[in-house]
Amino acid sequence: MTSIGLPHFLIVGAALFALGMVTVVTRRNAVGILMGVELILNAANVNFIAFNHYVEGPGKITGQVFSIFVIVLAAAEAAIGLAIVLAIYQTFRTIDVQETDLLRQ
Amino acid sequence: MEHNQAIAHAIEVGWLWLIPAFPLFGSAINAFFGARLQKAYGKRVNHAIAIGAMVLSCVVAEVAFWKMIAAEPGHRFFENHLWTMWHSGALDVQLGFGLDPLGMVMTMIVTHVATLIHVYSMGYMSDEPAYWRFFMWLNLFVFSMLLLVMGSNFVVMFFGWEGVGLCSYGLIGFWYEDMEKAKAAMKAFVVNRFGDFGFIIGLFILFWSLSGRWEVPTNQYVPERGLAGVVRGTEPSRPRLSRSGVRLGPTMEFRELRNQVADESTGMAERLKEMTFWGFPVLALVCILFFVGAAGKSAQIPLYVWLPDAMAGPTPVSALIHAATMVTAGVYMVARLNFLYALSPAAMTVVAVVGCLTAIFAASIGFFQYDIKKVLAYSTVSQLGFMFIGVGVGAYWAGIFHLMTHAFFKACLFLGSGSVILACHHEQDMRKMGGLREYTPITRWTYLAACLSIAGFPIAAGFYSKDEILWKAFTAQGLLAPWMGPAIYLVGTVAALGTSFYMFRSYFMTFTGKYRGGEGHEMKESEEDPHAVAAHQHADVASHSRHAVAALEATAASVPHEHADPHGAAPVHHDAHAHGGVPHESPKSMTYVLIALAFAAVVAGFIFGWPAAWGGHGPMLEHFLAPSLPGQELVPFAHQSHATEIFFQFMGGILVAGAGCFAAWALYHDNKSTVPARLKAMFPWTWSLVFNKYYVDEIYGATVVRGSLLFSRVLYWLDQNVIDAIVNFMALLGRTVAYIDAAIDKYIVDGAVNGLGNLTWNSGRALRRIQTGHIQTYLYGALGGAIVFVIIQYVIR
Repeated sequence: MTSIGLPHFLIVGAALFALGMVTVVTRRNAVGILMGVELILNAANVNFIAFNHYVEGPGKITGQVFSIFVIVLAAAEAAIGLAIVLAIYQTFRTIDVQETDLLRQ
Repeated sequence: MEHNQAIAHAIEVGWLWLIPAFPLFGSAINAFFGARLQKAYGKRVNHAIAIGAMVLSCVVAEVAFWKMIAAEPGHRFFENHLWTMWHSGALDVQLGFGLDPLGMVMTMIVTHVATLIHVYSMGYMSDEPAYWRFFMWLNLFVFSMLLLVMGSNFVVMFFGWEGVGLCSYGLIGFWYEDMEKAKAAMKAFVVNRFGDFGFIIGLFILFWSLSGRWEVPTNQYVPERGLAGVVRGTEPSRPRLSRSGVRLGPTMEFRELRNQVADESTGMAERLKEMTFWGFPVLALVCILFFVGAAGKSAQIPLYVWLPDAMAGPTPVSALIHAATMVTAGVYMVARLNFLYALSPAAMTVVAVVGCLTAIFAASIGFFQYDIKKVLAYSTVSQLGFMFIGVGVGAYWAGIFHLMTHAFFKACLFLGSGSVILACHHEQDMRKMGGLREYTPITRWTYLAACLSIAGFPIAAGFYSKDEILWKAFTAQGLLAPWMGPAIYLVGTVAALGTSFYMFRSYFMTFTGKYRGGEGHEMKESEEDPHAVAAHQHADVASHSRHAVAALEATAASVPHEHADPHGAAPVHHDAHAHGGVPHESPKSMTYVLIALAFAAVVAGFIFGWPAAWGGHGPMLEHFLAPSLPGQELVPFAHQSHATEIFFQFMGGILVAGAGCFAAWALYHDNKSTVPARLKAMFPWTWSLVFNKYYVDEIYGATVVRGSLLFSRVLYWLDQNVIDAIVNFMALLGRTVAYIDAAIDKYIVDGAVNGLGNLTWNSGRALRRIQTGHIQTYLYGALGGAIVFVIIQYVIR
């Protein structure tokens, strides 16, 4: 058996992305969608780290720095997203995204 | 003739336009504000405006007259050109007024007689509700008449010529609610149009014969070769002058035309004499066509029929228009164109012969008329015939002289008859008058004076003018044949005898004997005078169909009697005067006018026309008119001694007038003579022929009127069946095309447009479904798209 290489990481990342994507697309709950977004972001983080290690080489930290930024942004995004969800709830008395289609008009 | 004398030089006088302008303003004020003024301030304002305008016009005419007297005879041509009406090639037509001695005489007659008649109308029309309209028309008439006599060219004259016709129409039909009067107005207008047609055709031919031709490539006017030799300069803009300074080329101005013809150096007279038009001598053709116009306006055979009917108008109108002024327009025109007529013996003969026939013909109709105004109407026709004898034989001044005296005495007679009609409460039938001398003394004396004048008793004016005409006819040598002059003289003398008879008949029937008007008199009168019975039956068959002259009854009943109705012709429009009652003299405004006219009718003769045979320098009027009448010099007259002339004058004057007067006195002075009735019984056919005016109206009705009605019916049929069919077919064609076009439009053009619209709308509807507003749907789309891309990537590779 060969050791664990780049493709394995990429498969994990792709699986994470796919799960996140499915969550975003299928969930009706707005909070669930936010969770799916988190999964997608973390799939990206896995890719950053994997590429940093296997393509840039050990000792380089470019990928890690990007990952940190993404984690920070994800936190900020979650905060804003939850705030929006709260506002939606106050307006519609629900957080079901199928109901909140006012923009269609 | 010397060249210098032949040429008339004009003096520009800037204020001549005022003479016709005043009546025009007066008319305009009454036309636009008359009704309101009459309502607000009464009738006084209307006649004050009209008479004021006339007086002002008179004053200006007087000033012009004295200015003319002061000028040299060769320079008595006043002109006033206001502006150019149109300009065509070498021809300038200006709105211009001209007064030469002839125009001056006419202007003086028109303004003065018209002023008097305006004053008279004040009393005569005082009961008329449409008072303002009457004075509006009257003023407008004077304006038109002044245009006619003062126009310095044919065009202005023609405006006046048509204008007086229009005003005549408006005034004959003044009481237009009455169908008979409206018809009379229409008749006058239509018959006048016939004459005007001759006038205008004559004008075209004259203009054609005066002018040269247009050079086509250079577009320049080139006079005919006969004139080209004496022309100075060739530019079209510069007037061509003859050696003696006469402007050549086409012209509408009377004075220029006169100069061109009268001045020998232009060669125009010779050229006109030689010229032909479709084989006819152009000069005779032009003059006869002008005479057709004159015959229409001046009521000569065969166009005289309108004048007797024109008596339907108010009496002052009959006096002013149908006796004193408008009907003399034809005589004036012939005198105005004397230089043309004098060159054509054929035209002169036509004028003189027609005048002569009219004189005797109309006089004979006058014998048996009962309507006082009808007698005067036929008398007018007859006297106009005398005037045409005068201007026809070449004695132009004598024609104008008779025109002038006739204006006075005939206006006086008409106004006298108006006064009589008013006195008898709007009765015009002389059989219901009689004995009026006691009731209306002033009218009676003035009527008698005018009768003496028209009959031609010495001292009174008619004597001088009529005998001058007859004497000139006797000595005339300018006609086609030498025997024609004496023949015309003979016929004219018989007509003069007739004139004297019927005028005194009307005088005796009206003023002597007993008054026969009022109720209950008619029956008795019919028994007394069987002469009247037949005509009574004419008038009113139902109430008077009793014993009568048996021979006449059948003819009388079968005769159409449109003019014999004594009631229908009377201007009864108000019930203030009932029938019956005592006759009364007219108001002072009317009798003073009568006195003035009677005075003129007596004295105008020897003042203006003292015959040369009686010593002195010859008639004053002849000398005054001489510059206007160069044609008079061209016509030869036989030379006779003064003694012969005096002999003929007394033959024609005293003897003829006296005989006519005596006959009338014997038959009619006390209205008891049975001779007229017996004469009538002896010659019933002759009597009814003359009484019905030789059936000329009926003949015209059967030929001209029926013919034109038939023609109009044919045209109507054509219009209905042919023209309409074509029009309808075209309409059908158009409708069919329109239907097809509409279908194309509806189904193809609209279909395409709507289809496109529907397509857009439907696709929009369909596509809207995709836009759900759910982010998850979009994400599905995005994902699906991405997957498709990836698959394609693999497949293509």
